[in-house]
Amino acid sequence: MKNPSALGGARGLLLALCAPLLFLAFWHYSTAGRPFSLIPPPMDVGVQLWDLAFGGVWDDLYSRTLAEHALASISRVYGGFALAAALALPLGMMIGRIWLVRALLDPTLQLMRPIPVTAWLPLAMIVFGIGPRSAFFLVFLGAFYPILVNTIFGVRNVEPRLFEAARMLGTSNSALFWKVVLPASLPSIFTGLRLGLGFAWVVIVVGEMTGVQTGLGAIIMEARQLSRTEIVISGMITIGLLGYLSDYAVQLIGKRLLRWSPQHGG
Amino acid sequence: MAAEPLNILDITHVTKRFDFQGQEIVALQDATLSIRKGEFVCLIGPSGCGKSTLLRMIGGFETASEGKLDMWGKPIGEPGPDRGMVFQDYGLFPWLTVAKNVGFGPAARGRPAKEVAETTKRFVDMVGLTRFAEAYPHQLSGGMKQRVAIARVLANEAEVVLMDEPFGALDAMTRENLQQELLEIWQRTKLTVIFVTHAIEEAILMADRIVVMSPGPGRIVADERVNLPRPRDPTDPDFNTLRRHFAAMLGGHH
Repeated sequence: MKNPSALGGARGLLLALCAPLLFLAFWHYSTAGRPFSLIPPPMDVGVQLWDLAFGGVWDDLYSRTLAEHALASISRVYGGFALAAALALPLGMMIGRIWLVRALLDPTLQLMRPIPVTAWLPLAMIVFGIGPRSAFFLVFLGAFYPILVNTIFGVRNVEPRLFEAARMLGTSNSALFWKVVLPASLPSIFTGLRLGLGFAWVVIVVGEMTGVQTGLGAIIMEARQLSRTEIVISGMITIGLLGYLSDYAVQLIGKRLLRWSPQHGG
Repeated sequence: MAAEPLNILDITHVTKRFDFQGQEIVALQDATLSIRKGEFVCLIGPSGCGKSTLLRMIGGFETASEGKLDMWGKPIGEPGPDRGMVFQDYGLFPWLTVAKNVGFGPAARGRPAKEVAETTKRFVDMVGLTRFAEAYPHQLSGGMKQRVAIARVLANEAEVVLMDEPFGALDAMTRENLQQELLEIWQRTKLTVIFVTHAIEEAILMADRIVVMSPGPGRIVADERVNLPRPRDPTDPDFNTLRRHFAAMLGGHH
């Protein structure tokens, strides 16, 4: 076999491009040249996106503001995500491994889990006020549960045989956690982190839609009120791209960290 | 107490009961067995005869309901490096390379890094996995995984190697190779091996002694020496006689 991955990569890319190109064509022919269309044609959106990023086209209030808004969203996403990970990882490990902690906390946490993150928004606005802190809190909450649930699952589902193997090789009980539990649950923990980050990107938009000055969610909402539909779509595209890149980076890290696992590295 | 040389293992009137959904199951009843250092002992019998239970009690993974298990005259407690176990499903750490799996024991017991590296290399070489030292378990065949499992208990200076149907999941060819390799290692190192199997031929091929067990409740029904000269030949008439002898004893199961 000569380099099947390169061949598959080129063919894969071609096949993957089919759907978006068809979609773009459909979008173009159903909107271009129709002055009463509610949706602007793709070219207009492209021009708007360029102006948002680099300016030089409209030179209005929005020109060259994309980086600022994107940065605001990114910092909230990663800030909230980091805080969620910092709390959910140790908490999940303790709930998973320590009977007493599980008995104390698990029922409450499970009871609160079905409440949708978006349902927390009004309460968050009451507690944290209208503004970025509510958005931050929402991101934190959105990332918290996937990380917590997968961490608990990971540390609770270590194959019992691995404990036997470690013990008969002379591992002390106190070392079992670092030597066996943690590495064995890493794939599951990683899945939780990836899902958590994905949720963070979903929730940030909702969080920024009320009373926040900067952020991609904020300009989308503001542009809707001003009927600047090109900006709405440009914001959506930017969020999509950032979320994709962020997930891609996490996957790369996972491939390196989990190259021992046939499901991840391989 | 006794004048004769001390046995490495003394199993005296050991009974093991399990509670299964409120019902009491006797997995092993009144087993008594002594094993000398350097002996290769096969425990053979159909499923439910308590052979794995006995092995796991020697390993320290289960405790006896009655009776006692001693190693060098001292009661067996928790699992430990003196009793290395080779599982049928390997039990390798999937996140560690072959070399790290083999070095796991010495590292866990706090040996200096240089010594761990030397020991690792010696035993990875011994089981013929030098080229695969940096591979991960999921990249290995079943036979190679079991080689790693054997190497890691040897690297950990196990005195007794407990093997629970170690070659049961392997294809015939690989199984024969590993049987030969294990015999060579055993003869070189003079380890004590307790080997659980349900294959009569495997037991006759390898064992100094065959302990025959029977189910319902699990118990020892015979304990016989195999006096065939080594290396043994399964096509030899004497081998065949023994095979018939044990097959009759195990009655219909083979």
